This record gives sequence, C-alpha cells and structure tokens, in this order.
Amino acid sequence: MTVQTWTFLIVGLTFALYIAIAIWARAGSTHEFYTAGGGVHPLANGMATAADWMSAASFISMAGIISFAGYDGSVYLMGWTGGYVLLALLLAPYLRKFGKFTVPDFIGDRYYSNTARTVAVICAIVVSFTYVAGQMRGVGLVFSRFLEVDINMGVYIGTAIVFFYAIIGGMKGITYTQVAQYCVLIFAFMVPAIFISLNMTGNVIPQLGFISDVNDGSGMSLLGKLDGLHRDLGFAEYTDGSKSMIDVFAITFALMVGTAGLPHVIVRFFTVPKVKDARISAGWALLFIAILYTTAPAIAAFARTNLIDTMQGKEYTAMPEWFKKWEDTGLIAWTDKNGDGAINYAPGAAVEGKPVLATTADGELQRGQFGQVIFANAPTTTTNEVYIDNDIMVLANPEIAGLPNWVIALVAAGGLAAALSTAAGLLLVISTAVSRDLMKMQIKPNMSEKEELWWARGGAAGAVIVAAYFGVNPPGFVAATVALAFGLAAASFFPAITLGIFDKRMNREGAISGMVVGILLMFGYMAVYKLGWFMDEVPPKSSWWFGISPEGFGSVAMVVNLVVSIVVSRMTPAPPQAVQDIVEDIRIPQGAGEAHDH
Amino acid sequence: MKKDQKQRTAYWRENLRYLILLLIVWFVVSFGCGILFVDQLNNYYVGGAKMGFWFAQQGSIYVFVILIFIYVWLMNRLDKKYHFEE
Repeated sequence: MTVQTWTFLIVGLTFALYIAIAIWARAGSTHEFYTAGGGVHPLANGMATAADWMSAASFISMAGIISFAGYDGSVYLMGWTGGYVLLALLLAPYLRKFGKFTVPDFIGDRYYSNTARTVAVICAIVVSFTYVAGQMRGVGLVFSRFLEVDINMGVYIGTAIVFFYAIIGGMKGITYTQVAQYCVLIFAFMVPAIFISLNMTGNVIPQLGFISDVNDGSGMSLLGKLDGLHRDLGFAEYTDGSKSMIDVFAITFALMVGTAGLPHVIVRFFTVPKVKDARISAGWALLFIAILYTTAPAIAAFARTNLIDTMQGKEYTAMPEWFKKWEDTGLIAWTDKNGDGAINYAPGAAVEGKPVLATTADGELQRGQFGQVIFANAPTTTTNEVYIDNDIMVLANPEIAGLPNWVIALVAAGGLAAALSTAAGLLLVISTAVSRDLMKMQIKPNMSEKEELWWARGGAAGAVIVAAYFGVNPPGFVAATVALAFGLAAASFFPAITLGIFDKRMNREGAISGMVVGILLMFGYMAVYKLGWFMDEVPPKSSWWFGISPEGFGSVAMVVNLVVSIVVSRMTPAPPQAVQDIVEDIRIPQGAGEAHDH
Repeated sequence: MKKDQKQRTAYWRENLRYLILLLIVWFVVSFGCGILFVDQLNNYYVGGAKMGFWFAQQGSIYVFVILIFIYVWLMNRLDKKYHFEE
C-alpha cells in the first residue's frame, strides 16, 4: 500500500476511536464537564496530562530544534519537565484539597476578591488562546503534509473533530480521548526512534544509543562523532552552547515555573478522587512525558549525524529519495552557490530572509540543472548552500531510516494526536473560564446547573471557532506567543498560587498588586525586546536587562511579583480568619469537614 | 482542639522539610549539573556523553521523575504517621 493509503487508514481509524470514546464518555453534569466528575484513575490522568502537555511542537518540532541548537536545546528539555516537580510538590495536592473547578476559583476564593478572580480569568484566557492558536496551525500543517490537503482545510477538519468531542464530552470526554491519544503519539514517536538507534548504534533503547558508540567501525561515540562533524564544518560543538549561562538559566527557570502555572495543566489535578491521587498522578504524568522528552535529544543527535553524513560534500544527484521528496515541500533545499554540483553545509543562512521556493507562472516548482528546487530568495555571502527546516528531523525520520510506509502514516497520526489533545485541553480551560468564572461566579450566580452546562458548551464552541480563525490567520505576534504564554503564567499564576498556599499572611492587596505588576512587566518587556514596539526596531541583545532574553524574562517577572506581593501584603491588613482557615485546611489532606468540627 | 492544632503544625513542618530537601536535589541536578557547573562536569563522561551535557539532556529528567515518586512515598508515610490519610 502507498503512504497515502496507509495515512488515510491509520488517521481515519484513530479519529473513529476518538469519536467513539467521546460518545461513550459524554458529560451529564457541570462536575463531569469541568473535572470529569473527579473520578479519573491517577494513571489514566497521568496519561491524559501527558497528552495534553505534549503538543504538536513537542512531537514534531522539538527534536529538530534541539538538533540545530545542541546543548542550548536543553532549556526546553529541563524546562518542560522540571516544572512538574514544582507542580507535584508545591501545587497539585493543595489545589486538589481545595476542591473547586478552576484556577480563577482558587485565586478568587483565597484572595476573597472578585477583582483577583477577574485578573485570573483574563490571564487564563490570554495564556490559553496564545497557546491554542499554534495548535490549530499545527493540525493544519500535519494534514497538509501527509494528506496533501490545503493547510486551511486541515485546520477546518481538525476544528470539526475537536468541536465534536470537546463539546459533547467536556473534561470527561477529553480525558479519556487523551489517554488514547497518548498511546498513539508515544508509539508513533518511539517506533522510528528505536529503529534509527538500532541502525546507528546497535542499541535498541534510544536513550542508551544516545550515549553509545556509532557502529560504523570508527569506534567513536555518537556525540563525539557529531562534535567532530560540527568542528569540521565550522559549527560550535554540538555539546557546547552558544547562549550565555545566565540566559540558559533564566529561560529554563521561566519554562519550569511557567509550566507549573499553566491553567490547562493545573486543572488536570482537579480530576482525580483524592489528594493522594493528585500527587501520584503528577508522577505518572512526568514519567509518560519523560519517555518522549528523553528520546527527543537522542533523535536529535541521530538525525543530525545522519543528515550531515548523508549530504555533506556529496553530489546532489546522489541524494536518496527522501531528500528529493521533502525538497518539494520546502522543508529542505539546496542552492549550488559554487556551481560544483555538490552539497556544502556550513554555518549561517543559505539565503536572505525566510526561504521561499521559486515557482513558474502555472504554480509548478522551478527546477535547476540537476533537477533541484530553486529559492526565490537571494543567496547570502556564506558558503552554506543548504536550508533545513526544524520539522524535517521528525517528519522525515522514518524515510531516512528506510522504514515501511505504515510507520510514516503512524507519525502523521501521532502528530495529529499531539496537536488535537493539547488543543482540546486548552479549549476546555477557555470554556470553563467563560461559563463558570465569568457567568456563574460574576454575572449570573443564580443560573441552574443545566443552564451553566449550556454556557460551558457554548463557551467551548466559541473558543474552537476563534482558535480556528487564529489557525487560518496566524497573528503577527505568533513567534512571541509561546514564550509569552509561559512568561505570563510564570509572572501571574505561579506566585499567586504558591503564596496562597505557603504564606498564610498573603492577602488580597498583595496578590493582586503582584499579579498586575508581574503581567505588565512581562508584557512590556516582550513588546519592546521581542516585537520592537514603541521603538523603530527590535533593540539588540546587548541592551537586554541582565543579559536575559524575552524568553527567559518570565523568571525576572516572577521574582518581581513575589517581592511586590510580600511587601504590599505586609503593609496592608491580614486576610480574614475564614480565609486563614481555608489555608490551614488545604495543607492537610484529610476531609475538609473535620477541621471545623473541633 | 489544641492537640489537633499541634498535630497539624508538626505535620506541616515535616512536609516543609521534605519539600526543601527535594527541591535542593531538583535544583542541583538541573541548574547545578546541567547549567552552572556544566563545563566542569564535561570533563567526565557518562558512556559516550560528556557528563554536564548528559545531565542537561537526560540525567536531570530521570532525577525529576524519581523525585516525584520519592515525594509521594514520603507523604503517604507522613499522612499515616499523623493519621491524616483520607
């Protein structure tokens, strides 16, 4: 069977499975819609959390990014896993004990203030929307690459699927669908990795292959060989970074704290029955995430070594089939600057600006003298002749390793599972923010549960449509959005929630001023240093505060939030006794009623 | 009531002590081994990988997973000790 047939078959089967699960697990009450009735087994919740967490970017792009960044890519690996330790130790058990439905619920009750609740709702919506726009785009990309439909068409198909199961099933439907999606995505990620590891190092386990010797008879370790290739081509060594230490530190910290502060992650821990389950559930989630996150750097190193070995100094006409196939999609391209017909890979961009392939008037790709695609861009003065897109490292892996067609189809299904599961989780946070935090808690407190459920479904529907719109028309600031989502979560939720648990004296005034200052600072820095607003151009790196990039600035904003919160709270009245009792109560796992009986 | 309050305070203290210990390990394996002391550790090897690099891309993640499971075990024991289990 062809790749195309396999892809339709496997993607079709997985979609049928997701829809079947959604119908089986449809939500009958708001409790089920928001938190799956609080009855999810911790192991299942761990899997669902992992699928929710790992997006199209984790699945498709991360290995590629690490592959090009080498050591610098570690910020993502540590940042996006280390946050779970903070989550498990500092947040999950206490929020589960608190026992409400959403993050703004906690902020609003703990800080006895609707203003605080409103600030939290706005943050939750902004963070989730910035994140979900990228996911819908990811769905469109996967569709367009594997099923050869238009990207926008892909976005619409993805939207229709998410629409269906998020609205029927709420958190309950989403959770069980995500369990299935985790299985699909991890299988799809591991199969090519295992084969490539076996090919290159003779080791079945990619994590061990990563630290083994290559089996090309040279007796070199994989990473030693890769460092050598980098030196020969004039790159910095793979295992050596080019970012400054303080920036690596700041970015890693911001990603960790941001992870622990993301509402769609936190809300997962409301879905398990007990405090004990919330703790272990975070452990399972991280274990399931770690399987992918420790494989990704291995894939990165394998793919990079393989790629350089395959093309460096070789004749273009001798390139394998996959090179030419992915050329047509614009993920890899070669421009013969010195006219020798051989590929030369070196540091620097191959062409000016964002690479675009040249086409003829009737839309066909133009070809050069060897049959290669041609850039519409002007060449740069570097000796580098190759453009390589990050995403090719995972997408082309099965072909590079010479794996059968069904594996290629599986990678498509895995990428879709990753994008859909994350999008659904985010949409739920948005719909809950609308129906519960806004309508029920602020505007229409007397509405019936049935009515609230309709608001939740309507909110989800509205959110899906807005997300699809952003997927089709990605906003100009999309490059900054992921960093912004993490920065905002780090600068707002994380300090407000942890202080709410660990500092009994923390009051309304402190938390609100901390959040507002943190968010404004984060926004301001991002606007100036990433987007170049208020100035003629984006300021140079040398003007960064403390040498910290906008991606890492969330850590500074978080510290400022902490300091402002503590100082302001000590100058204003202590929180009321009832609130102090809440804090006492969430610190102890045992039943809430008992504390008041004594 | 007084006794109950004492129990709660003692429970919370022990909890905080565990948190501090575990977070120190969390910090050391990631920010310590993977970032601050990466160059020094890179003089040693884990298999074919430089040790600092290995901590940044593999080791720290393994330790994170283990840390959470240790935390779960410690807290379950603590809940039993103070009869706070659900």
